[in-house]
Amino acid sequence: MGILVIAEHDNQSLKAATRNAVTAATKLGSDITVLVAGNACQAAAEAAAKIPGVTKVLLAEAPELAHGLPENVAPLIAALGQSHEFLIATATSFGKSTMPRVAALLDVQQISEIMSVEGPNTFTRPIYAGNAIATVQTADKVKVLTVRGTAFDAAPADGGSAPIEKIASTGDAGLSRFVGQELSKYERPELTSARRVISGGRGMQNGENFKLLEAVADKIGAAIGASRAAVDAGFVPNDYQVGQTGKIVAPDLYIAVGISGAIQHLAGMKDSKVIVAINKDSEAPIFSVADYGLVGDLFKIMPELAEEIGKA
Amino acid sequence: MRVIVPVKRVIDYNVKIRVKPDGTGVDTANVKMSMNPFDEIAVEEAVRLKEAGKVQEVIAVSVGPAQAQETIRTALAIGADRGILVLEEGVEPLAVAKLLKALVEKESVELVILGKQAIDDDSNQTGQMLAALLGWGQATFASKVELGEGKITVTREVDGGLETDELKLPAIVTTDLRLNEPRYASLPNIMKAKKKQLDTVSAADLGVDVSPRLTTLKVVEPPKRGAGVKVASVQELVDKLKNEAKVI
Repeated sequence: MGILVIAEHDNQSLKAATRNAVTAATKLGSDITVLVAGNACQAAAEAAAKIPGVTKVLLAEAPELAHGLPENVAPLIAALGQSHEFLIATATSFGKSTMPRVAALLDVQQISEIMSVEGPNTFTRPIYAGNAIATVQTADKVKVLTVRGTAFDAAPADGGSAPIEKIASTGDAGLSRFVGQELSKYERPELTSARRVISGGRGMQNGENFKLLEAVADKIGAAIGASRAAVDAGFVPNDYQVGQTGKIVAPDLYIAVGISGAIQHLAGMKDSKVIVAINKDSEAPIFSVADYGLVGDLFKIMPELAEEIGKA
Repeated sequence: MRVIVPVKRVIDYNVKIRVKPDGTGVDTANVKMSMNPFDEIAVEEAVRLKEAGKVQEVIAVSVGPAQAQETIRTALAIGADRGILVLEEGVEPLAVAKLLKALVEKESVELVILGKQAIDDDSNQTGQMLAALLGWGQATFASKVELGEGKITVTREVDGGLETDELKLPAIVTTDLRLNEPRYASLPNIMKAKKKQLDTVSAADLGVDVSPRLTTLKVVEPPKRGAGVKVASVQELVDKLKNEAKVI
């Protein structure tokens, strides 16, 4: 009874998130199979075969698997649940959508976003947006898990040479159809995967002033975020929101500008490696989590910061 | 068409949670409780579909303690027509999905709109599980919903952008933040909500086994983050980021 890792890919290339899940799998055992389900996705399967630690790659190719629709992929994974003890995917939008469907088909209570493996049936996971960490033990025979990508380093991309075995699709469930996608042509990195994030709060006063953040973001390749207060005030759209009810980010560098640091915001960014706070109120709660705090007028500081960073 | 919207009673998103000193869980005594924010968006969406004449009845369902009646009343004040409380505590997502399946079949429901996740256990499972159990299509993380004849087209927030999928009805939709902005319930509507029908059932009534599969061994606080240093100038900040933290 081995471990099955569900690959994340776009048919051409394997997404790095797959390698985070492989690392989590190595904590559970050494018999690691990767499932690549897609259409014309041989290249992704070949990439999976090269990950050190992977013992076998299963390749399922069919038109109905092309877009990773959970209605078509979940039955295939569930069928493989008969011969695997662990079914693992990284908690990306694909993993989050698909794995609970697999778990229900197998009558298993999934464990979401594990952060560590404490034993063959014991895992830690964040609850309350990471404000508490629960250690949970499952009684289910098959374990369906999603993995928090930031908690497991990605396995190397090269070094292995696992055999690739073709398997059949379980067919088109006929429930859903992929219509299209609009992948953001971000001039900047996407918020949840960005290594640097700069966010503005109510202190920005209006949306126009977010240009001050953009000037700095452009220099360091950062994504732009915002606090709920800034979103509620209409400065920026909803998808900028970092916080408990918005996006959870954990970049290497997080710069909070004019953000007081409400609990709801802190929940979304406090796992960042280095936090910088810029705020005119020296008593603002954001300073209690910041590695570097700068008290002052952001309208004066931000242009200076853009210039100073540019100097190097 | 009849729609079910499940609503969960959770600690209000503005409350700083406290882990119990004995590590058994999170303290919920004397803490402000509210409807899970994503569920509020789900209720709003269902009510808008009703107002647009595309849906005839919206049923708010909660699985929880007696106090979850308040959460259902909130949904009724937003515009749901009636409520059902499944009086059971500490039910895991798989069992919640089984309870909802029983209600969907009993009430001949064709669409279930759920929050993508609850902000207490952050599982993000119930909608997908319900879809699997019913054999229906699912569209998670919806930012736009168009209900057509026998189908529903949903724009979804996925990593790196948007994806549009079309599902056959009946179907499951889970909501993301951008779908809508829930209204504030007006006082007259809050008063009216008090008179709306709210039934209570048990898991046994629905013939569902809700025994847990997971045991929580302990709950702890995450490692604390200490306050760092205050810097005096932009120059000092940039110097520290470059040479001390090495992040730029």
